Amino acid sequence: MEKIEKTDMIEKKDKFTIGNLDLYYGDFHALKGINLNIRPNEITAFIGPSGCGKSTLLKSLNRMNDLVEGCRITGQVLLDGEDIYGDMNVNLLRKRVGMVFQKPNPFPMSIYDNIAFGPRTHGITNKAKLDEIVENSLRSAAIWDELKDRLKKSALGLSGGQQQRLCIARALAVEPEVILMDEPTSALDPISTSKIEDLAVELKDRYTIIMVTHNMQQAARISDKTAFFLLGEMVEFGETDQIFSVPKDTRTENYITGRFG
Amino acid sequence: MKKARETFMHILFLIAACTSILAVVLICVFLFSGGVPAMLEIGVFKFLFGTIWKPGNNLYGIFPMIIGSLYVTAGAILFGVPLGLLAAVFMARFCPKTLYRILKPAIELMAGIPSVIYGFFALVVIVPWVKNTFGGRGQSILAAALLLGFMILPTIIEVTEAAIRAVPNSYYEGGLALGASHERSVFFALLPGARSGILAGIVLGIGRAIGETMAVMMIVGNQPRIPGSILEGCRTLTTNIVMEMGYAADLHKEALIATAVVLFVFILIINLSFSALKRRGK
Amino acid sequence: MRKDFLSRLLRFLVWAAAIITMSLLILLVGYILINGIPHLKASLFDLNYTSDNVSMLPSIINTVLMTIISLLIAAPIGICSAIYLVEYAKRGNKLVEVVRITAETLSGIPSIVYGLFGAIFFVTVLGWGLSLLSGAFTMAIMILPLIMRTTEEALKSVPDSYREGSFGLGAGRLRTIFRVVLPSAVPGILSGVILAIGRVVGETAALMFTAGTVAKLPKSILSSTRTLSVHMYTLANEGLHVDEAYATAVVLLVIVILINGLSSLVAKRLGKGE
Repeated sequence: MEKIEKTDMIEKKDKFTIGNLDLYYGDFHALKGINLNIRPNEITAFIGPSGCGKSTLLKSLNRMNDLVEGCRITGQVLLDGEDIYGDMNVNLLRKRVGMVFQKPNPFPMSIYDNIAFGPRTHGITNKAKLDEIVENSLRSAAIWDELKDRLKKSALGLSGGQQQRLCIARALAVEPEVILMDEPTSALDPISTSKIEDLAVELKDRYTIIMVTHNMQQAARISDKTAFFLLGEMVEFGETDQIFSVPKDTRTENYITGRFG
Repeated sequence: MKKARETFMHILFLIAACTSILAVVLICVFLFSGGVPAMLEIGVFKFLFGTIWKPGNNLYGIFPMIIGSLYVTAGAILFGVPLGLLAAVFMARFCPKTLYRILKPAIELMAGIPSVIYGFFALVVIVPWVKNTFGGRGQSILAAALLLGFMILPTIIEVTEAAIRAVPNSYYEGGLALGASHERSVFFALLPGARSGILAGIVLGIGRAIGETMAVMMIVGNQPRIPGSILEGCRTLTTNIVMEMGYAADLHKEALIATAVVLFVFILIINLSFSALKRRGK
Repeated sequence: MRKDFLSRLLRFLVWAAAIITMSLLILLVGYILINGIPHLKASLFDLNYTSDNVSMLPSIINTVLMTIISLLIAAPIGICSAIYLVEYAKRGNKLVEVVRITAETLSGIPSIVYGLFGAIFFVTVLGWGLSLLSGAFTMAIMILPLIMRTTEEALKSVPDSYREGSFGLGAGRLRTIFRVVLPSAVPGILSGVILAIGRVVGETAALMFTAGTVAKLPKSILSSTRTLSVHMYTLANEGLHVDEAYATAVVLLVIVILINGLSSLVAKRLGKGE
């Protein structure tokens, strides 16, 4: 692995510092030389056509790509200055960097147990403490009022939108610093989508949010920064307003104006 | 600490996974070391092709049993395969949904009925029927073939049905689009696509038939000689073992183990062709 | 539209095949029930077997014991083995190939070969004699591939999104397997285990030379025992107790039908869970 002098790369306030990141699936070069700094307490959106590598990059931020066979990574990803591909315990990394998936994936157990799964994993067994975490997480995900009377019911009985907010609450329950969202609304109806968007905006005061989205309006509506990807490369990164109004790269402009993708 | 537990369990799972390898190795080692010396002592050729089995006179030829097994299995295939195949086509493409909910568990039940029950049923129903209809003693190759044909039905139906269902529906639709009837589309467009799966089902059925023991033993007569007609009794490889294992000793016992070795080799060949066919099907 | 001759013939043939198959099954089950039920009498369920009452109760109890012991051996190994194959092994792993091939081989081996192997290895080499223990170990090897295969399928049918969700919350592999994956796979595993019970209950050839044919309750795990199927075989083969053989067949058949029904009932719950 290519070593990069840490001091050159880190601006103290950045949450994630990604340096010269290359990622291969077998022979396929999925990410090419990505350099990107992500600021805390902002929503950063990753946009681009399917297969451009945006989800892959997202997953390499909490090492979910470790699960993919034949996946190889070079370069550096620093979380608060610490190399996540170094000595860091991957389970603790994932505690700090939570994830919400494209399709809501509640576990086949009760709503309560879904939320409590994470805290229990990290050693909390006290019932009162768990109750408190469950309530707080559901409140933070703005779904407490809907669910408080049915905590013991199976999570699979909820609507798609409720399931996704439950998954967000589940991610919040382990008190992460960063929340990765992989097209969190692509499987949802417009009303549920807007609830999730409102929630994301609300949550950014306390968390750093990185969201992959197919939906450019969504990126424009809620994100602070936007990164545009194409064929494994990061074409452009900047303030969302700037990207959507005066993109510097013609490829970005073509994509945003819908000429391809 | 946590890491150590992960590693420990990983190794535990790995060891469990190796159990089946160990089992096959143990079976091979003990079967071959118990049977091959006897085969050599008797003479491999004399053992495999000798036509007289008289342990009292130190004569150990299992050729009649090999022939017996082949006859009975061939008969089972003759009865079981056409019936099973057609029934599988019915299950996959002709069966009304409500009927299917009854038929499917019924086929599963057929696969679950113990061989002694099949054997007993054959003893009290098939054997007298064969005797009254065709003459002879009733306990015969024909009776065993009929019973085995019945017993391998669930195997053939299940594998074939799955194979037919795995063929892309576009084959069938292609047939329909050319103006072929439902029946013609199923038989001439869909079935050829399931060829290797169907063959695999038949091979598996052969394996079941050749390995079946108790049911066959109850109705096949068990005379250790080459049969002259299908109404005569015969003895198969499997029944040869069960008949005499209870009291055999020394070379006699080893000759029985050697019989199992021959059976085992047959089964291995059948299994290998089954897996090869299954893989080709994919 | 009137169909051509060949189409009508084919339609006739498939219906006929299905009807014949079903009639055979109905004939078998019906024949045994009709001839057997009238002969069910209390003396067949006496706790003490004698050659007069040919009671099947000891054999039933033996069958239960045999089933429990062989499951205690085979189920943990089979389930752990499947966990390795599905959750740990990487694709293209040579060991996995070998395990698959050996498991397939095991499932094709006729029961008489298992019986002979058990008679050589457990009974003679290990010196356990004709006993419950020898029989149970032989059975365990026999049902191992079945439990492995059904567990493997059950684990594979658990959506990967559950695993991702669990890993994404920082859970390790073990916690993911035991708290998320296995609970969702329980119905599938259970239905496989029940099928395995059916195999043990129905087995004869592999048990005659490993567990023996003593029709009494075992004093210890090293006592020789006769299971219900072996008992049934003995009665039918001796030909002295035909009525009792029918009655025994009824009990055996009913047990098997119940086991099968239970298995598909459990398996159906799997479909509903998703």
